Amino acid sequence: MTTQEWKFTAKDIAEKPDLFLAGHRACAGCGPATVFRMIMKATRGPTIVTEATGCMEVVSSIYPYTSWAVPWLHTAFETSASNASGIEAALKIMKKKGRLNHEHVDVIAFAGDGGTYDIGIQALSGAVERGHDFLFVLYDNEAYMNTGIQRSGGTPHGAATTTSPAGKSIPGKLEYKKPIADIMVAHNMPYVATASPYYWKDLMTKVRKGLEVEGPAFLHVFAPCPRGWRSDPAKSMEYSKLAVESCVFPVWESVNGHCQLSIPSKLISLAPQKKRPVDEYLKGQGRFRHIFKPQNKKLLVDVQRMTDARWECLLRKCGETPKTA
Amino acid sequence: MQKTVKQEMTALAGDQAVAYAVKQSDVDVVAAYPITPQTIIVEKFSEYVADGEVETEFVCVESEHSAMAASIAASATGARAFTATASAGLALMHEMLFVASGCRTPVVMAVANRALSAPLNIHGDHSDSMAQRDSGWIQLYAENSQEAYDSIIQAFRIAENLDVLLPVMVGLDGFTLSHTLENVETLPEEAVKEFVGVRKFPNVLTHNGKTAPFKLDPANPMTMGPIALQNYYFEFKRQQEEGMEHAVNVIQEVNNEYAKISGRSYGNGLVEKYCLEDAEVAAICLGSTAGTMKTVVDDLRQEGIKAGLLRLRTFRPLPVEEIRSALANVKALAVMDKCMSFGGNGGPVFHEFRHLFYDAAKRPYIVNYIYGLGGRDTSPRELRSIYETLQGILQTGCVEKPIQYLGLRG
Repeated sequence: MTTQEWKFTAKDIAEKPDLFLAGHRACAGCGPATVFRMIMKATRGPTIVTEATGCMEVVSSIYPYTSWAVPWLHTAFETSASNASGIEAALKIMKKKGRLNHEHVDVIAFAGDGGTYDIGIQALSGAVERGHDFLFVLYDNEAYMNTGIQRSGGTPHGAATTTSPAGKSIPGKLEYKKPIADIMVAHNMPYVATASPYYWKDLMTKVRKGLEVEGPAFLHVFAPCPRGWRSDPAKSMEYSKLAVESCVFPVWESVNGHCQLSIPSKLISLAPQKKRPVDEYLKGQGRFRHIFKPQNKKLLVDVQRMTDARWECLLRKCGETPKTA
Repeated sequence: MQKTVKQEMTALAGDQAVAYAVKQSDVDVVAAYPITPQTIIVEKFSEYVADGEVETEFVCVESEHSAMAASIAASATGARAFTATASAGLALMHEMLFVASGCRTPVVMAVANRALSAPLNIHGDHSDSMAQRDSGWIQLYAENSQEAYDSIIQAFRIAENLDVLLPVMVGLDGFTLSHTLENVETLPEEAVKEFVGVRKFPNVLTHNGKTAPFKLDPANPMTMGPIALQNYYFEFKRQQEEGMEHAVNVIQEVNNEYAKISGRSYGNGLVEKYCLEDAEVAAICLGSTAGTMKTVVDDLRQEGIKAGLLRLRTFRPLPVEEIRSALANVKALAVMDKCMSFGGNGGPVFHEFRHLFYDAAKRPYIVNYIYGLGGRDTSPRELRSIYETLQGILQTGCVEKPIQYLGLRG
């Protein structure tokens, strides 16, 4: 296997050439663009990328330009995992027949929350069940941003989107975020992890682990979208940190079904007083502005209650004892 | 003619013949999902895989949509890819069919032609593939199991031809062909492997300014399936049309070359003429109906009636010149459609035939027969009545009912 040495230092990262190149047309403060750059920096050798339709596909491949310094394929919205299946199958047989000029080629499938939670979940579930050797990366900006901020299965409870607006009778999205990483763990797949770009080293290490594992790996990456979230483009990394510190988006990994907290979330489990209240994460995001109105107090309480419940559930899964601050 | 290779006569249903052709064609990836009446293809191929008789990755996908997505991706990676489907499965693939042709991935697909729901019906008609007419796929229709076998082998050569580079679907009538045992002559595997060859790739300019084979290869990174807007999309589409234009010649060349090793050809590969030289009345049909139709024409000829038949083997690209010249002297024409185009003033094949005669020097009377929907049997007697109607038209000089339904109750 042609694996490049990786020391996970800032110097190494800076020295490694970019594979997701500058010049793409993402917005200022785009979380996914940072996530993509980091992920491609963490690859270990020859890699083929396939990507679902979505904002990152659109901003990175506008013909005749491209941001991709690796072979890259886009076919449709719901096909990221099925494309990966086809690529991996082709690589396998071509190698067997002596028609592949590489010892090994990694396959990464990118999809947004729409292409993962909703329209792409069937293809993803099928590809994982079949055990293809690929890394699926969900970049979760929590709505259909490419088409203009419509709610998805990944949109959090209470968030206002263009199809779940904060109206006079309905205060944003009433449903809860689908626990997609848990669903993937339930597939008994070898590697599932969540990551947030503020913790870049944690994210990149998980990319590498996902590539190294034999069989399918799933990486759920938190990816703030200033346009969709109505948030300050300068604060995308700050929200990436607050989401973890408030336990709205804890970081963890499941290796062969064994679940454990990653360091940033582990520190909070050890020192619960460091757990920030959800309103610190929610405030400043225009999509949650209505939550802070007096008539929606119940909603804010509900967001906190659900966040706590899911955090405690995760702690139990990770063999941690829930502690109170 | 070069000496043909020694062949073996085997009793095969159409689906089995397809699976056998795929087995012999050095296919790298088969991604497929089962649907009646295509199932025998995937079942038989699974047996080849399980018994280690093929060097093929068989991806047993969770839907036809994924079957096509995986086939496109495998093909883009450089593999020879095959899939098979029918009816609702083809309809589910609809979105991806355009992507396959747009990405210029030469996927080959067998379609065991079947009716579309609702009401649910598992039997043969052409509603499924006719609904994919404009998806950018080459469409061939087989008359019998022998032709299904031969066409699959030829399809790889047509699709992968560098002047074409378009996906090909081969239609075989559901149950009538897919499940009916016929004598099929099969070529030795080496002969088929030699005929299909190893897949070639056109050299294209990469964004690094290098020239490299058109496939996903880490040695020469290439962006495939990009977004192309008002400034480039149109050119992509026009290039696909050029591929279709080239296919008209390539299909004929492949048909001729295949004849040299097998001794079998299907007209000129595009159309098959039957008793057309001096025909005054003629019918046009696709697929297995032609077999019955030929016996009807034989009977009529014995009675001194100048009847003929044109079997359209290639529906896309539509061989306009070949059709016009084949039917140049025909006075009355019946166009057979095993499909409806609701509210469209006749079936899809009828539309095409009427349009291609618009600017012809001589125009025959044209009448449309919609028949056999949902697998309804069409008898020789009914087919004969078509020619009788055409003769009536010649006598009266008037087409009273341009759109007719054959074998419809009530």
